[in-house]
Amino acid sequence: MPDIRNYTLNFGPQHPAAHGVLRLILELDGEVVQRADPHIGLLHRGTEKLAETKPFNQSVPYMDRLDYVSMMCNEHAYVLAVEKLLGIEPPLRAQYIRVMFDEITRILNHLLWIAGHGLDVGAMTMFLYAFREREDLVDCYEAVSGARMHAAYYRPGGVYRDLPDRMPQYQSETSPRHTPEEVKRLNANRQGSLLDFLEDFTQRFPKYVDEYETLLTDNRIWKQRLVGIGVVSPERALQLGFTGPMIRGSGIAWDLRKKQPYEVYDKLDFDIPVGTMGDSYDRYLVRMEEMRQSNRIIKQCVDWLRANPGPVMVSDHKIAPPPREEMKHDMEAMIHHFKLFSEGYCAPEGEAYAAVEHPKGEFGIYLVSDGANKPYRMKIRAPGFPHLAAMDEMGKGHMLADVVAIIGSMDVVFGEIDR
Amino acid sequence: MATYQQPLLEKLQQRFGHILLKTELARKEVTLEIPDVHILSVCYALRDEFGFDQLIDLCGIDYSQYGQADWETKQASSTGFSRGVSTGSYQEGTKPRPRFAVIYHLLSVQHNQRLRLRAYTEEDQPRVDSVINVWNCASWFEREAFDLYGILFDGHPDLRRILTDYGFIGHPFRKDFPVSGNVEMRYDPEKKRVVYEPVSIPPRVLVPKVIRHDNRYTN
Repeated sequence: MPDIRNYTLNFGPQHPAAHGVLRLILELDGEVVQRADPHIGLLHRGTEKLAETKPFNQSVPYMDRLDYVSMMCNEHAYVLAVEKLLGIEPPLRAQYIRVMFDEITRILNHLLWIAGHGLDVGAMTMFLYAFREREDLVDCYEAVSGARMHAAYYRPGGVYRDLPDRMPQYQSETSPRHTPEEVKRLNANRQGSLLDFLEDFTQRFPKYVDEYETLLTDNRIWKQRLVGIGVVSPERALQLGFTGPMIRGSGIAWDLRKKQPYEVYDKLDFDIPVGTMGDSYDRYLVRMEEMRQSNRIIKQCVDWLRANPGPVMVSDHKIAPPPREEMKHDMEAMIHHFKLFSEGYCAPEGEAYAAVEHPKGEFGIYLVSDGANKPYRMKIRAPGFPHLAAMDEMGKGHMLADVVAIIGSMDVVFGEIDR
Repeated sequence: MATYQQPLLEKLQQRFGHILLKTELARKEVTLEIPDVHILSVCYALRDEFGFDQLIDLCGIDYSQYGQADWETKQASSTGFSRGVSTGSYQEGTKPRPRFAVIYHLLSVQHNQRLRLRAYTEEDQPRVDSVINVWNCASWFEREAFDLYGILFDGHPDLRRILTDYGFIGHPFRKDFPVSGNVEMRYDPEKKRVVYEPVSIPPRVLVPKVIRHDNRYTN
């Protein structure tokens, strides 16, 4: 009798469908997955340990580099945890700005997700479409922070600065590809402030989501690849620690923005989409609807922000730096500035856990302070970590090609999983 | 979200009163401290009786340098504050506690409540029962705590390293592990392979850790 053995396949860490640096050891019986063992940590940078060696206010840029497709949401959890530890609350305008940029970030994340997921499953066009819209939103990042990805815009106590009156423009003299008329057309909706540009975007965006949906939602190939793949029952979703679109796809209406509202989410009107089957297709539908809902929230924030000017940072100069102008003639302001950037501030002894509804799930920061200017312990609760841990259970019994669809529908990013 | 914290704390005290080491309600967060031997029974009870159906996070912590500052700031000597930085030279008067602890963050989706659970463990061989059968997602979290802190989880079926490199030595998040590590790696063209050598960079402190007592936070 011939010896029949399972075939062990090494998937990644440089496979394009591994979404970064996932190394997956797959045990196959023919083409059916018997066991999946993800090896992670290839992107481990020790963010938590690094944050323990830095004052509180210097760790914000590390947060951008965790989940590098939803930068500002990571910052949000961190600044919320520091604020909770310090017992301060940012001004209302800063809270609206944060919520607005959280939702911009959610759209950014979901667009990249649909681009990558589509590419994995074979829908090449999605990639081009999604990056067209991402361009507008990263321009908003650039307008407020100067950086298109790693913004470091949220600070403990508020946001770095108020929204700009002017959007970045395309330059006609430096563009090798566009004629001056084309550049003028590209700049047409950038003539006003950031809020004008965003309002224009919110009017255009639902049509774009319709475009994606015409391409995918009823597409036969797309449904064949996703329906019934990676089914997770609501009971298992709870056991496996799922959060975000993963648990909502399984039919549990759990969203921190509704259930444990932070900032101004309780003043905004939006709905939570929920799936029924718990398969990859439901998770796809949930995320598509979330983009529409985020668009709604952005619109409400734009209206509020237009009508209500005000400060965007707490006025306590023990926590937030004083204005530069003041530093030039005021001794106390200069001392504050010097102490803040050389030593930072000491947080009272204690611990705090703050979580936000990150595009991928519950992103939490647990801070332990022993009364020093640095956190004693920081733990990042990354949503992708338990999601990827469920790979074995979700992939078991599926074909090799479905593994790619499951990884895609989990929306994993290794910056946050490996930390 | 109503204030569920106080009633929850009272209920927990009633249920686990005899084994609780400490309870705390600070910043709207409920914390329980229990001895490590009771961890499994408490976790089962929390899941089945109190509805904490989700383990949000599990992490280790090393308390060995808790309250230690690099810089004495309370009193200035006749020569002023010390200038040089020597790591952990000044100990704040905090009460000693066991070195390692495991911290569980629980979430109840049905009651919309959160709870933090802390279990201190033995110093030289930290070891607690695995909660993998209570919440299945504990598997990777426990592997991570083992990898980074060397805490052993009894009953875990597959306690391998998870975040560090294959063949890594040591537990990097322990406070006595230097931030720059112990070994560095380079390609040796003569041996035609990657070699590991002791790190060549001396460790340094960029911003000294100081503990200041701010009057705004003392109530």
